[in-house]
Amino acid sequence: MAQISSFLAAIVLLTAFGMLVQRRVYGLINLFAWQGLFLSINTAIVGYITNRHHLYISSILTLSLKVVLLPYILHILIVRLKIRKEVETVMNIPSTMFIGIALVIFSYYLTEPITEHSTLITRSTLAVALATVMIGLLMMITRRHAVTQIIGFLAMENGLFFAATSATYGMPLVVELGVALDVLIAAFIFGIFFFHIHTTFDSLDVEQMARLKEGD
Amino acid sequence: MKPGPFFIEIVQVAALLGLAPLFIGWVRMLKCWTQGRSSAGILQPYRDLAKLFSKNIILAENASWIFRFTPYLVFGTAILAGGIIPILSFDLPLAPTADVIVLVGLFAIARFFTALAGMDIGTAFGGMGASREMTIASLAEPAMLMSIFTVSLANKSTSLGQIVQVIYSGQSVLRPSIIFALLAFILITLTETGRIPVDNPATHLELTMIHEAMVLEYSGRHLALIEWAAMMKLFLFVMLGIACFAPWGIAGTIDFVAVLTAFIFMVLKLAFIGIGLIFIETGLSKMRLFRLTEFLGAAFLMATLGMLSFYILE
Repeated sequence: MAQISSFLAAIVLLTAFGMLVQRRVYGLINLFAWQGLFLSINTAIVGYITNRHHLYISSILTLSLKVVLLPYILHILIVRLKIRKEVETVMNIPSTMFIGIALVIFSYYLTEPITEHSTLITRSTLAVALATVMIGLLMMITRRHAVTQIIGFLAMENGLFFAATSATYGMPLVVELGVALDVLIAAFIFGIFFFHIHTTFDSLDVEQMARLKEGD
Repeated sequence: MKPGPFFIEIVQVAALLGLAPLFIGWVRMLKCWTQGRSSAGILQPYRDLAKLFSKNIILAENASWIFRFTPYLVFGTAILAGGIIPILSFDLPLAPTADVIVLVGLFAIARFFTALAGMDIGTAFGGMGASREMTIASLAEPAMLMSIFTVSLANKSTSLGQIVQVIYSGQSVLRPSIIFALLAFILITLTETGRIPVDNPATHLELTMIHEAMVLEYSGRHLALIEWAAMMKLFLFVMLGIACFAPWGIAGTIDFVAVLTAFIFMVLKLAFIGIGLIFIETGLSKMRLFRLTEFLGAAFLMATLGMLSFYILE
């Protein structure tokens, strides 16, 4: 069972890299949904191994929120805002990949002292979780488009959730419910802001916002 | 009566020589079916080779010895690789002389001389093909080695026979490192053997061809040898993949029953891999040349992730 858990961790890392290199918005949202799905399966398996039932609830919460609801909201946003173009990236994709690999090595180096002293069976996945957070951050940095930056942010949140599961067998249920609610409300606020940015600048490219100066 | 180790070596090389065109024929036949065309039959590659062998060689005036020597060298390295990769049995007399890294080197020698021969005549297409081939090789070979290092790390040996034995003895199948290495290996196999997202094996359009452009000047039995070697290369990569990732069926002891079972297993696996290859080829279209850095970068990424996940997760 622990082997399945580490296998799913590897798949979560792979989807994180997939999101890092994906050019199209639709593909990005699908990958985000897949990442959520693998994360929720992993949480359920960890819950089964350690016999902690509240993990089942957070698994179902992840499934409904990150696999169904958030991708659905993002889809509607994209259809309403008529974003069909390829996503612009700041750097070229192979160098982004190499930075991603460096981040994985860095997070392994960072978590090694913790995993040495830990006795949890999920301790080895902590490095993967931290790497997922960092890759989400990298994605927010390397993308210009507001929607893809938000997906990067949500991927970071996925990584944090994963880290909580692998470091301490999940956060207390109250905290988890609160985070879920926050993410949901954040998604609504993002939606409203996207519409405002879109009507003001006619584009969701954040580079455009640098031009927000008084007339010269 | 027990057959000697050299007998198995001969059988294996014979299987390589005989079945490589058959495998290509099978792939082409499936491709015709998926595209709604009627195929030329599974035996067409043999007929093509026979036709080429019966034709005269036409050499350019300024062809040097490299040009004439290359077909034999390419063909010879393919046969040598067939003696090292465990196709039917992993108890081969040639196997201890070379491990997987040497195999990658063998393929590199063949590629190097093909590129030289492409430039030897001095035509524009030869040079263009050689430069493209080398660009791709410089990206594909690190990924290939990385994938092989991952497999070697996970199975504690770089010798193919040892790898097969370790996989036989272990029970764990769901190892993340092996899965990543397999994904990388599939991408590299498509690249190295010139299949669809990288190079279209059926095209004769000058602007897109890569391998074809280098061997454009060859004719007669030289071309036959090169074509045959290209067929063997695909077969060998498939066999290398089977030996590294799914060796079940390869004989350990040398006796007729085990070798016969191994042969049947091999044919079945080849049939399935042909179907898988066609799924990839019909599902994808050929990439632009400058997108290949991303494709091969992804292969390198997966191989590296495999190696990292070996350290992190296993």
